[in-house]
Amino acid sequence: MENLKKTPLNEVHRELGGKMVDFGGWDMPVQYPAGVMEEHLRTRTAAGLFDVSHMGEIWVEGSDAIVFVNRLTTNDVTQLVDGQAHYSAFTNEKGGVVDDLLVYRFDQNKLLLVVNAGTTEKDWYWITSHKKDEDIALTNASADYCQIAVQGPNAVGILQQLTETKLDEIKYYWFTTGRVDGVEAIISRTGYTGEDGFEVYAAAEFAEHIWNMLLKTGNYGDSDGILPAGLAARNTLRLESGMSLYGHELSDDITPLEAGLGWITKLQKGDFIGRDLLAAKKEKGLDRKLVGFEMIDRGIARDDFDVYIDDQKVGYVTSGSPAPFLKKNIGLAFLPSEFANIGQEIKIDVRGKHLAAKVVPTPFYKREKK
Amino acid sequence: MANNIPENLRYSKDHEWVLVDGDVASIGITDYAQHSLGDVVYIDMPRVGDKLGSHEAFGSVESVKAVSEIFTPVAGEIVEVNDGLNDTPEKVNADPYGDAWFIKVKMDNPGDADAMLSGEEYEEYLSANA
Repeated sequence: MENLKKTPLNEVHRELGGKMVDFGGWDMPVQYPAGVMEEHLRTRTAAGLFDVSHMGEIWVEGSDAIVFVNRLTTNDVTQLVDGQAHYSAFTNEKGGVVDDLLVYRFDQNKLLLVVNAGTTEKDWYWITSHKKDEDIALTNASADYCQIAVQGPNAVGILQQLTETKLDEIKYYWFTTGRVDGVEAIISRTGYTGEDGFEVYAAAEFAEHIWNMLLKTGNYGDSDGILPAGLAARNTLRLESGMSLYGHELSDDITPLEAGLGWITKLQKGDFIGRDLLAAKKEKGLDRKLVGFEMIDRGIARDDFDVYIDDQKVGYVTSGSPAPFLKKNIGLAFLPSEFANIGQEIKIDVRGKHLAAKVVPTPFYKREKK
Repeated sequence: MANNIPENLRYSKDHEWVLVDGDVASIGITDYAQHSLGDVVYIDMPRVGDKLGSHEAFGSVESVKAVSEIFTPVAGEIVEVNDGLNDTPEKVNADPYGDAWFIKVKMDNPGDADAMLSGEEYEEYLSANA
């Protein structure tokens, strides 16, 4: 256990009673004493606070920054303007997903890539090994930053009390630099919960300060106050919102098209790694597609369970779980394209019992926009 | 964290408890077990009349995050199943020793329960292994 990596908030999680687990080599809280159910619900109804400092931050700076990142990722970086971010994916030569990421444009010579924790080293190798003679400098700044997400209907109000930046002026998937309780920070209207909210990046040394101020300002301890939320709630929140998790819905062997990420796969933008194969696959038609399902029979589908139609194994569950807010048992699964239709009945092998489920639209949960 | 371990029950190393009343044993999971699992959301129960061997799995209990099989520490026939838990699985977290028993078993050999751990022994087992 001594070799696990720690975020700058490790001690804080322990003081809050966080149940610590090994998450891809990181010592992270899976839940706090309130439990995953309450942490999930509170994020949907008030606010949840998440330590996501384990995520990786990579700077790409120089006159070829946009050209370089555009060659490595599926979304069209040329469409971003200063202060805007987008969701994207690195793809390999076969069109599989090396990682999914956020690309932030600070200016035309400065981009920030935010990548998954467990893949930061792999991504760093991928990025640096694909640098040719472009005029760019690459910096893996992951250890320098903390990243704290405040999410939920009260998130904006809580963070606003700690900053002079006018948060209402920041649209979804836009960001700015500013100060949070005096600390220089990147303030980004993004998240992984399906709720409104922000992700705040700051120097690691200020992590505890920002975290504690957000808890205090959010009335942590009150029955309708902010709650720190662990990895378990982060996972159920993203699943209800139909978002992908690398290693589950996405991997080196899964294309973004199959995973339902055609909307970030801009085949017309020009060449990028894996583009030609992806275009050919799209032309030919996809063999399999990711679908959402909900259980009809009582029982819970879990990751990697097999999916059957007419006693034939046709696919597998990529993520399956109870959905605490929807109070259903839901999941995402790969199915042959011919069966990937809303209403299709499927059977899921739950420890030897074939339980009925049906394909439903995603996201399972969509917040009401104000 | 102090574990809640009532003295009047017998315990297994799989973290089940047994309450003996004559030759019938009520079986549930311990406070330690419910705490390890987290929020219980689903229980897969056996049927009345099923016959169980000692240490046989008779069902499963699922939390948001995890699935755990439940074993019977005593051999016998299931005479009652706590169907009420289907609608209120959270009782397993709230009161693991009270209303949240899973099944009642008519024991083939009431000596099975005597061979289980006492509360004191279970507490020692937990502090040594958990």
